[in-house]
Amino acid sequence: MRVVEPRAGLGVAIAATVKRDLTLMLRRRSEVINPLVFFALVITLFPLGISPAPALLAEIAPGLLWVAALLATQLSLDALFRGDHDDGSLEQLLLAPQPLAALVLAKVLVHWLLTGLPLALMAPLLGLMLSLPSGGYGVLMLSLALGSASLSLIGAIGAALTVGLARGGVLLSLLVLPLYIPVLIFGAGAVQVITLGGNAAPHLAILGALLAVALMLAPWAIAAALRISING
Amino acid sequence: MWAFIHKLGSPKWFYAIAMRLQPWFWTAALVLLAVGSVWGLAFAPADYQQGNSFRIIYVHVPAAILAQSCFIALAAAALVFLVWKIKVADMAAAVIAPFGAAMTFVALFSGSVWGVPTWGTWWIWDARLTSMLIQLFLYLGVIALRGAFLSRDSGARAASVLALVGVVNIPIIKYSVEWWNTLHQPATFTLTERPAMPPEMWLPLLIMVLGFYCFFIALTLMRTCSEILKRESAKRWVRELADEAPGGKR
Amino acid sequence: MAFDSLAALLAMGGHAPYVWPAWGVTAALLIGSAWHARAERRQRIRELKRRNRRERSAAKRDAPGDFSEREADDA
Repeated sequence: MRVVEPRAGLGVAIAATVKRDLTLMLRRRSEVINPLVFFALVITLFPLGISPAPALLAEIAPGLLWVAALLATQLSLDALFRGDHDDGSLEQLLLAPQPLAALVLAKVLVHWLLTGLPLALMAPLLGLMLSLPSGGYGVLMLSLALGSASLSLIGAIGAALTVGLARGGVLLSLLVLPLYIPVLIFGAGAVQVITLGGNAAPHLAILGALLAVALMLAPWAIAAALRISING
Repeated sequence: MWAFIHKLGSPKWFYAIAMRLQPWFWTAALVLLAVGSVWGLAFAPADYQQGNSFRIIYVHVPAAILAQSCFIALAAAALVFLVWKIKVADMAAAVIAPFGAAMTFVALFSGSVWGVPTWGTWWIWDARLTSMLIQLFLYLGVIALRGAFLSRDSGARAASVLALVGVVNIPIIKYSVEWWNTLHQPATFTLTERPAMPPEMWLPLLIMVLGFYCFFIALTLMRTCSEILKRESAKRWVRELADEAPGGKR
Repeated sequence: MAFDSLAALLAMGGHAPYVWPAWGVTAALLIGSAWHARAERRQRIRELKRRNRRERSAAKRDAPGDFSEREADDA
C-alpha cells in the first residue's frame, strides 16, 4: 500500500483559497447582496433624475447600466482584502509557499463570481426597466460578465494598495476609476452598437483582449501591492 | 558606465552632479522660453484659418508633450526605485508627479481656452482633451496615494506601483478614447515627420518644447536636491554642506 | 513682425481674451513652480543651519568649558 503524501501543490492551494473565500462570503450574504441593491437603486435614480420617456431611456440605457454596474463593482472592492487584513489571514497568504500572484488570482476569481457575475445576470432586468431594445440583452450580459472580470482584476490592485490605510475608500475610487475607462468604453460600446443594429463582436473581442492583458499583468501588481501594504 | 550610474544613485554624488548641471539648464530654459515666446507671440505669422488664437499652440503643445513625458519619467523613476532600491529615484519621482500634474492642467486649460474661438465652446469631448483629463486624475491618484501613507517608504513604494500600473494603462486609455471619439484633429506635429506648418511657425514651437524640457530638467534637479537635503539631513556631508552654503540666515 | 503696433499685439486680432489667459496661466505656473523650488531650497538650507547651530551649542553645553562663547553663538 502506498502512503498518500500530504499535497501542497499550487492547485490545492488555489482550490483551498477559492473554497475558503466562497464560504466566508456566503456567510456574509449582505456583502454579496449590497452591490446588487446598489446597482438597482442607482438605475432607479436615472429615470427620476432625467426623464421617464422610454425613447430617451432606451438611448442612454447601455451607458447607464454600464456606469452603474462599474460603480457597484467599485464599491465592493474595499472589502476584497479588508477582512483578511484585519484578522491576519492576509499575512498567512503572503507567507504561503505558493506564488502569491496565483493565490490573489483565486481571491479575485471569487470576487468576480460573487459581484461581477450576479451583476451581469441582474442587468437584463434593469435593462427592461430602462426599455433597452430587445436585441441588446445577450450582449449586455456577456459584455458585463467579460468586463467585470477586468474590473475585478484592476480594482484589486487599488484595493491591495489601500488595504493598509485606515480610510482608503475614497482614495480607492480615485485610483481605480481612471483605470476603468477603457473597459467602460468598450463594454458600453458593445451594448450600444447592438442596439443600433450593428455587430458587437469586435467590441467583445477587445473586452476579451483587455481581460487577457489584465489577467497577465494584474496578479503581479496585486501581489507587489499587498507586500507593500503588509510589510511597509 | 555602470560605475557612473551606480555613483549617480548615491545621494551625495547625485547632489554634486545635479548642482553643477542645474545652472546650465536654468539658463537654457530661460533663453529658449524667452526666444520662443517673443517669436511665437510677435513674429510668427497668424494662421490663415484660426488667426491669432493659433498662438496658444506655443504653450498648449509643449505643456501637453511635457505632461506625457513626465508620466514616463515618473514611471521610469518608479521602476528604478522598485527594482534597484535607489532612493534618489524615488525623490525624483516625488517631485516629478506634482509638476506633471501642473503641466497636465496647463495643457487642459490652454486647450479649453483655445476651444472657444475654434470650436465655439469651452469644453468639447475631444479625444486628446479627454485623455489629458484622465491623465490628470492618474497624476492626482499617484500624489494622493503617496500622501496617504504614514510611513514614507510604504507611500513611496505604493506610489511607484501605481505609477507603473498607470503607465501601462495610459496607451490603452489613449487608444480607447481615440477610438471612442474618432473625430479629432491629427497630432499637430511630431519630431520625426516634417510638419505641415511652415518653418516660421513650427520653429518657435520646437524652441518652446525644448525650453519646457530644459525647465523641467532644471526644476527636477533642483527639487530633488532639496529633497536630498530633507531626507538625508542626518548625514555628515549634508551638515557640512549647509555650513558652507550661502544665505539662509534668519 | 506679424503686428503693426504694440496695441495690435495686445489685441491679438480680437483673440486677446483667449491668447493672453492661456499664456498667462502657463507663465504663472512655470514661474510659480520655479519660485517654489527656490523657496524650498532656501528653507532646507535654513533648517539645516539652524540644526547645526543648535547641536553645536548643545555639544558645548554638555562639554565643560567656555560659557561666554556659547552665549555668543546663541545670539
